[in-house]
Amino acid sequence: MGNISIFFQYVGQYLKTRLTYRADMVVEIFSDFLFQAVNLVFILVVFGHTSLLAGWSKDEMIFIYGFFLVPFSIFASFFNIWDFTDRYIVKGEMDRILTRPVHSLFQIVLERMELESLFGAVTGLVVMFYAGGRLGLEISWYDPFIFILLVLGGALVYAGIFISLASIGFWSDSRTDIMPMMYNIGNYGRYPVDIYNKIIKYVLTWILPFAFVGVYPSSYFLEREEWYTYAFLTPVVGLVFFMISVTLWNVGVTKYRGAGN
Amino acid sequence: MGKYIEMIRIRFLMMLAYRTNYYSGILIYSINIGAYYFLWSAIYGGKENIQGLSITQMTTYIAVAWMARAFYFNNIDREIAMEIKEGKVAVEMVRPYPYLNMKMMQGLGEGIFRLLFFSVPGMVIVWIVFPVELSANAATWFFFFISIIFSFIINTQINLLAGIATFFLFNNDGLIRAKRVVIDLFSGLILPLSFYPMWAQNIMSYLPFQGISYIPSMIFTEGFKGSQIVEALINQAFWSLLLIVPVYVLWIIAKRQLVVQGG
Repeated sequence: MGNISIFFQYVGQYLKTRLTYRADMVVEIFSDFLFQAVNLVFILVVFGHTSLLAGWSKDEMIFIYGFFLVPFSIFASFFNIWDFTDRYIVKGEMDRILTRPVHSLFQIVLERMELESLFGAVTGLVVMFYAGGRLGLEISWYDPFIFILLVLGGALVYAGIFISLASIGFWSDSRTDIMPMMYNIGNYGRYPVDIYNKIIKYVLTWILPFAFVGVYPSSYFLEREEWYTYAFLTPVVGLVFFMISVTLWNVGVTKYRGAGN
Repeated sequence: MGKYIEMIRIRFLMMLAYRTNYYSGILIYSINIGAYYFLWSAIYGGKENIQGLSITQMTTYIAVAWMARAFYFNNIDREIAMEIKEGKVAVEMVRPYPYLNMKMMQGLGEGIFRLLFFSVPGMVIVWIVFPVELSANAATWFFFFISIIFSFIINTQINLLAGIATFFLFNNDGLIRAKRVVIDLFSGLILPLSFYPMWAQNIMSYLPFQGISYIPSMIFTEGFKGSQIVEALINQAFWSLLLIVPVYVLWIIAKRQLVVQGG
């Protein structure tokens, strides 16, 4: 229970600091929104020239993109650890974290959260409802619960991959650009996996399972029964990858020797 | 002239010292090109061509658009914004050369470095991995090089405008980010402009952005032929000259109302 109250205290502090610079925050939310709009424009323009993409229609593609935005924005709000090595290991900030009685990863999540990214989830939901409405999808009473489960699964997939990469920092603090590269690979998950060749499809499913953030879970709501197995694997894959990454992190912390100040 | 060549040289050497940072950049660009390659293959399905471009031309278009971006892209808008915020701009303005020209030359030094150490090896890698078709026609290469020089000029002028805007807005990170999105979309980097609906194409034909990515990429893939190439180059030249006006007007007004917040 202690952790929950710590969480809300951090959120409170965070909101105070952000609300001091309101104009800045509005601009940031707006430019995030623009980035999301670009991807939608891409889909819209492309479907001006074709009616089906590997068997998926325009509205289905838009729906997948909308779904993708929800887990992604949760990940982006809470797991800003792409600069972990620079910020915590090289600068020795990890020393400060380790002297406190809360799990180190949890503290970093709290310190680095960016709640305004959650607006992406709102955009995602609007996009999903728009596309879902055009597709005439029906919502059952249990769908919201499944939605939450699949979204959490997707967010955990992202978190798991990025925490594992951040943990490398405990062993080697040399500069790598593997994080931005991973963000770009993550974009592959926004599109149906059938468009890729076998190797990439395999990688996106089992090694860097970004497909579990977009296509696979969306196929449940799109009633694509051939993908149901994958759709329901989403929370499992998310949990497994997240647990592996936390284990890696915990082992990594014991190897941390400090960078000196 | 000598001082400008020196500025280009210094920036080039500065970049050279950090060249290992660029190897991963090539990989990142290749990943992006790969994503679009698969996407476009699926979009084409069995179709021979869409809007006059075959799938091979489309792949080449994407590859060259990204690799040319390495040349014209620079962060001088951010650098100018930084120097204004930190008050360094006051010292820079005292120096015996025009500030904006210096920034442009630094951008050019960066661009030349990336062209040699990023675009060329990157293009070779992409050419090996994806079905990209390089033209055997010397004239195409010649026009392409003229065209990317104009791309650089137009993109840099827009960057200068965004940078100078810091004088009036103090904090313009949002403007700079928005500008980047607009350029990605309207310059033809992610989609050839000929794919947009007619009304959007009409609007874009009155804007300078097509000169940044669409024109050089179309020349490279031979999507433009004969008189189209000449018209496209004239369009780029026209914008390169026209944009000098707002840059200088804004700069003169900015100098008058410069407020140095410490330094």
